[in-house]
Amino acid sequence: MSRTIEFRDALREAMSDEMRDDPRVFLIGEEVAEYDGAYKVSRGMLDEFGPKRIIDAPISETGFAGLGIGAAMMGLRPIVEFMSWSFSLVAADQILNNAPKMLYMSGGQLQVPIVFRGNDGAGGQLGSTHSWCVESLYANVPGLKIVIPSDPYDAKGLLTAAIRDPDPVFCLESERMLSMTGEVPESPYEIAIGKAVTRREGADCTLVSFGRPVHFCMEAAEQLAKEGIDCEVIDGRSIKPLDIESIVTSVRKTNCCVVVDQSWSFASIGSEVAAEVHKHCFDDLDNHVHRVHSDDVPAPYAHNLEAEMLPNPRKICEAVRSATYNA
Amino acid sequence: MTMEQIIVTPSSKETKSAKTPEDSKQLPLPGPDVLIKWLRDMKLIREFEIRAVQAYQNKLAGGFLHVYNGQEAVAVGSIAALQPTDPVITAYRDHGHALARGLDPKVGMAELFGRIGGCAKGKGGSMHFFDVPNHMYGGHGIVGAQTPVGAGLAFATKYEDEVLNGGTNTRVTLCFLGDGALNQGAFHEAANLAKVMDIPVIFIVENNKYAMGTSIERCTSAADNLVDKGVAYHMDSVCIDGMDITNTYPAMKALVDDIRANPRPAFVDMKCYRFKGHSVSDPRKYRTHEEEQENEANDPIEALAKFLISSGVMEEAEIKAMNKELRVEIREAVKWAEASPEPGIEELYKDVYIEKWGPYTGTSLPNFMKDSTRGDA
Repeated sequence: MSRTIEFRDALREAMSDEMRDDPRVFLIGEEVAEYDGAYKVSRGMLDEFGPKRIIDAPISETGFAGLGIGAAMMGLRPIVEFMSWSFSLVAADQILNNAPKMLYMSGGQLQVPIVFRGNDGAGGQLGSTHSWCVESLYANVPGLKIVIPSDPYDAKGLLTAAIRDPDPVFCLESERMLSMTGEVPESPYEIAIGKAVTRREGADCTLVSFGRPVHFCMEAAEQLAKEGIDCEVIDGRSIKPLDIESIVTSVRKTNCCVVVDQSWSFASIGSEVAAEVHKHCFDDLDNHVHRVHSDDVPAPYAHNLEAEMLPNPRKICEAVRSATYNA
Repeated sequence: MTMEQIIVTPSSKETKSAKTPEDSKQLPLPGPDVLIKWLRDMKLIREFEIRAVQAYQNKLAGGFLHVYNGQEAVAVGSIAALQPTDPVITAYRDHGHALARGLDPKVGMAELFGRIGGCAKGKGGSMHFFDVPNHMYGGHGIVGAQTPVGAGLAFATKYEDEVLNGGTNTRVTLCFLGDGALNQGAFHEAANLAKVMDIPVIFIVENNKYAMGTSIERCTSAADNLVDKGVAYHMDSVCIDGMDITNTYPAMKALVDDIRANPRPAFVDMKCYRFKGHSVSDPRKYRTHEEEQENEANDPIEALAKFLISSGVMEEAEIKAMNKELRVEIREAVKWAEASPEPGIEELYKDVYIEKWGPYTGTSLPNFMKDSTRGDA
């Protein structure tokens, strides 16, 4: 049975369902227990599961990320919450060196079934250091997987799949979407990691995006439809593995592609998608792949500057008009 | 040295700070068979390292090679205090710990040679000796990075005990680190976490006086009193002599038993000396020849051998026979490792993920397009 719940509730349901089902699963992070979660994602979980499984960590990302990795090496299934992925940078050695390489450098002896999750991307005017989109930075590393839900249904399904996955999975959520509501089934379900979904069908241009900017693409598609440009919108759902097949199939139909990626443009998810589409759709494309990213500047504080920096419907519309020779 | 050791009943009620090796609590030594085994284990590590350096010079091994000569009593004496399922984790000077934990020397040698017979199939190398069946969790390359992971291993044993098994068994984790790692934030985060969560992990600082080529006085505050670093986190903190296993073992045994009985973290300033350089390429210009000679005269293997002879446990001839046997064993290990094949190229792509979907084929065709005539091959 489905009912309408918030994005944060969907995340909590995924964690709570898995914790009821598997006693090896536990949650650790800053303010996840007594504070009820800095963003109320873990609200009530301490009451149900107790302090041995819902664990308040000191403000020591390297420490508790590494602790989770060690626990996973022993067969537990930790969920490590970063209040913001911006704070994961101080734990970079643990999450990039230890978690994704342990299986390989131990010659297959030690798997690390761990989930790192938290808010990714700009919040509301949080300034330069708190607005990181880590996906392009982290996707460069082999051995980890990255999922990025764009609505409550995906939040529950992708996080459930991440917790059950035997490899390290980074789940990138968005502070701006935690209050978004949507239809979510009550019983547990998985959304396959590495499979994209088509959010809108169209004939003229393929928009490829991930996470929160998917909604900007949908807005842009509505606007462009009024102008007679029919967009198809692909939500990647996962960044690693990347579902190139779905993207290529769509571009072969529309002969046009615009990638919308909230990280900076240099060596990014957007440039990777563009490279792959150029390779596989070279003869199909009517124009080169266009890209919309956050501008190549540190995130500003001022409301108007931040809105201009991020991918937004206006920028997406401009890119699609250019790509379809309607500029 | 004497077989009669002072027995001190451990007390877990207060944070202790034993600042000299003599202050630390001790238990009596085990029987002669165990002492002979320790001598053999220490000699095996020494012989392994001597042959490893030779192999490195003969280009059979590559990368970095950090040998353990001089510190054998630390690994053997500490690990002897454990039960077989207690986890052990260390940094990159890891051969001694893995061998002391039971790694077959031929499998270790094959790892150094980058062969499929190695403990990590030749994919880890000298710095990444993993031997999970013997509860050896590496072998880690980044200074200090293993300390939060070590706290995590110990957290898992506590979790298993309290959440999964209902308090049936307590394991104690040994997390080794070098004195240089004390200056990494990772250690301080791990120490704080371990204390606030009462995790049964013992942080053993192998204080060989040098962080690579920088002497401890030049880079570490409170260099003459490292136990203060443990006390700062309200951990039971002791200084233990790591150059004489008849001191190392009883002190470690008392500590391990105490932690098992009352799970909590502890800190050890383990005094030792690294006879060789930081790695094979180290010319050791930062210390004098006299200092090295003085410390080498305090060889932990010679000390135990002398003790066993003087106390009538072994005879000179038996020790010589042991030396010969070990030389043969390690020579055989080298031969075995040389005969082990290099990993097949398919190994390059294994163990990246449990369920294989990689490596990412961004620059070649994904599987679904293999029959395509377009693009590169």
